Amino acid sequence: MCVPQAPADGILKLSVLSRADSHPAKVDLGVGAYRDNDGNPWVLPVVHEAERRLHSDPNFNHEYLGVGGLPALTSGAQKLIFGKDSPAQGRVYSMQTISGTGANMVAAVFLKQFKEPSDACVYISKPTWGNHRSIFETAGHKVLEYRYCNYETLKLDIDGMLDDMRAAPMGQIFVLHACAHNPTGIDPTEEQWREIAKVMKERGHFPFFDCAYQGFATGDVDSDAYAIRLFVAEGFELLVAQSFAKNMGLYGERTGCLHAVCQSPSVLPQVSSQLNRLSRATISTASAYGAKIAGTVLEDPELYGEWLMSMHDMSKRILAMRWLLKNKLVKLGTPGNWDHVTEQIGMFSFTGLTKKQVEALRTEYHMYMTDDGRISVAGLNTHNVDYVAESIDAVIRTVNV
Amino acid sequence: MLLSALKSSGPLRRAPAARCLSAWAQVEMGPPDAILGITEAYKRDGDARKINLGVGAYRTDAGKPYVLSSVAQAEQSILRQSLDKEYLPITGLAKFTSAAASLAYGGDALERVAVTQSISGTGALRIGGAFLERFHTGKAIYVPGPTWGNHGAVFRDCGLKVGQYRYFDPQTNGLNLGGMLEDIRALPKGSLVLLHACAHNPTGVDPSAAQWAEIQRVVEECEHVAFFDMAYQGFASGDVDRDASALRSFVAANRAPVLLAQSFAKNMGLYGERVGTFSVVGNDSAERDRLLSQVKILVRPMYSNPPVHGARIAGEVLSDPALRQMWLGEVREMAERIIRMRAALRGELEGLGSKKKWNHITDQIGMFCFTGLSPAQVDRLASEFHVYLTRDGRVSIAGITTGNVKYLAESIHNVTKD
Repeated sequence: MCVPQAPADGILKLSVLSRADSHPAKVDLGVGAYRDNDGNPWVLPVVHEAERRLHSDPNFNHEYLGVGGLPALTSGAQKLIFGKDSPAQGRVYSMQTISGTGANMVAAVFLKQFKEPSDACVYISKPTWGNHRSIFETAGHKVLEYRYCNYETLKLDIDGMLDDMRAAPMGQIFVLHACAHNPTGIDPTEEQWREIAKVMKERGHFPFFDCAYQGFATGDVDSDAYAIRLFVAEGFELLVAQSFAKNMGLYGERTGCLHAVCQSPSVLPQVSSQLNRLSRATISTASAYGAKIAGTVLEDPELYGEWLMSMHDMSKRILAMRWLLKNKLVKLGTPGNWDHVTEQIGMFSFTGLTKKQVEALRTEYHMYMTDDGRISVAGLNTHNVDYVAESIDAVIRTVNV
Repeated sequence: MLLSALKSSGPLRRAPAARCLSAWAQVEMGPPDAILGITEAYKRDGDARKINLGVGAYRTDAGKPYVLSSVAQAEQSILRQSLDKEYLPITGLAKFTSAAASLAYGGDALERVAVTQSISGTGALRIGGAFLERFHTGKAIYVPGPTWGNHGAVFRDCGLKVGQYRYFDPQTNGLNLGGMLEDIRALPKGSLVLLHACAHNPTGVDPSAAQWAEIQRVVEECEHVAFFDMAYQGFASGDVDRDASALRSFVAANRAPVLLAQSFAKNMGLYGERVGTFSVVGNDSAERDRLLSQVKILVRPMYSNPPVHGARIAGEVLSDPALRQMWLGEVREMAERIIRMRAALRGELEGLGSKKKWNHITDQIGMFCFTGLSPAQVDRLASEFHVYLTRDGRVSIAGITTGNVKYLAESIHNVTKD
């Protein structure tokens, strides 16, 4: 077998470079993982408590989960996304997956196998999470883009988005970010979501929601689920890939779910059996430990309440950093409009910095971000935000385009 | 719905189902999972004598799940370290993968082994299938007849055609070596051959060392690719090195390309934590690097990176000398309990005066026994005797205990004596 060298993954190459840099002023604004104000990873108190409970249970073991996953997780996760009295109740199949990526992958394969028309394309936002294209193309889909980010204003190109939805043949698949768009941080307003739903309904398009940041965008899980719940209320069938990596800090435990909202309970048996079959042929069953942690938190009202507060705290700190950064840039008189820094939402901000500017930041200022100018706001803290603002100011003034 | 149907101009519509506009209305029911279905039937059974011989998960002599002491201690040690839950790299926890590769391959060849952590054995097979679909020209893989029920599904979903080579001889309840060698020789040159490293699932029939040598010779002569599935290292003979000897022999000869799917589900009892590795043996370390780069490309769109908890436990067990010793002892104990139960079942059946031959129960090795029972007999065992096994006659020996072996023997005797 002839196996050539493959190109390295961009984001991970970045973290390799960042780790190798021992400069004291180094700032890592690359990978999307939450950091506290000291730049450290943060294991949530409710996660610690859930683990303590698990390990005090004499019946704790490592036995296989069922193919559908841990019921405490899947039913809790379903309630979290769709709300307690959802009109979708009784016609959703929820299956545990290897975090959000795993949910995306199973959904992609399921759609390729069963979605009619068989030549329906998958439309992803321009730009989107780097792995979306790869996941859907690997599953055999043709992947196209819909306009999303206005690169001039760094706001939502709603007209372009709706035009592309209208222009697409009927019955296509659209990948939508439920909230806290990655990488731009640009989310539609509620009114814009209603417009999007209207056009998608007119064109018979199928919504696939990627929900990796519920609770992280506004700090409120129900507000962050607005778009998904709107589409459910509008009668759409849809798929949701849900991750607990960021909002519960479970990253490496790989805890997630795929939800299939069906028009009627009558199709649940076949949908669930086919999703189970697909999952069985990729992983057999999902990983237990993270699911048990999440299930414990979701099912215990006290822990659940504390978790909501932790999410609120994380999103509050991120918002505070946005304001600190913006205010500093404004104070420095840094050329350009910096409103987008505080208008964008969630873990990421699309700064508008060019590739050359990003490279200069890396080589001269030991600051790491992806080539598209995306920063992980969670990497900012009160100790480094001034340095970050000053460095950005410097490269904007000296590095042209 | 009735009202709106009445209001419409035509005659009364049939039923709400006819109006179902679901995108999934034409989706057919997926096939029921044979193995997992047995557990469900067992759970529904209220009889106190019921026995579950379906799923291959180890049970103690009290019929309980077993958390190995070495595993529990490793886990405690990890918890005390208060580690974070950050993402692992795509290829997983290096401390785990290098120790796992070392366990499988022995000390040799490690610098040319491209290894990644995987979602247990199934995930490793899936990565392997995807890798072979991309880089192997034949696009077909050949599995033994019979094989683990999920092999076909995994490889077919990867886009490979799945063929079979003869393996089990129902006449002798042993290996059909002649048929196996003939079939493997008849495959197109450079074909993909899936081999169970040890403790064949479902039959428990393993080639002897001499038979393995013949198999290896044919695979090498035909320039085939050997994909080993090793889910029971340590569980077959009780000795991890002995159980890996076929794999290591192929690698040492360095003639046939070798891939490996390795699972720690059974031998560490880490089942649900999904701990395993996938590896490809390259020609040298440069090739190893190229192979690894391609494996990463395959893994990223599957699940990005693997679960951390089980890998930390396994990594700790394998690299801490005291825990490793403890673990090896526990694996040996599990294997020995299974060997004892094999002997007990055979002894009971012969003691009942059964006319049938039962030597295969002790000749076969590992967690499973291919009893030779017919589907009809299996059904009777379930319905009349509350004994549950898969319809191919496969028994998970781990489900047998000193407490139930007599009743099991009586039940089997009852359905086979005529």
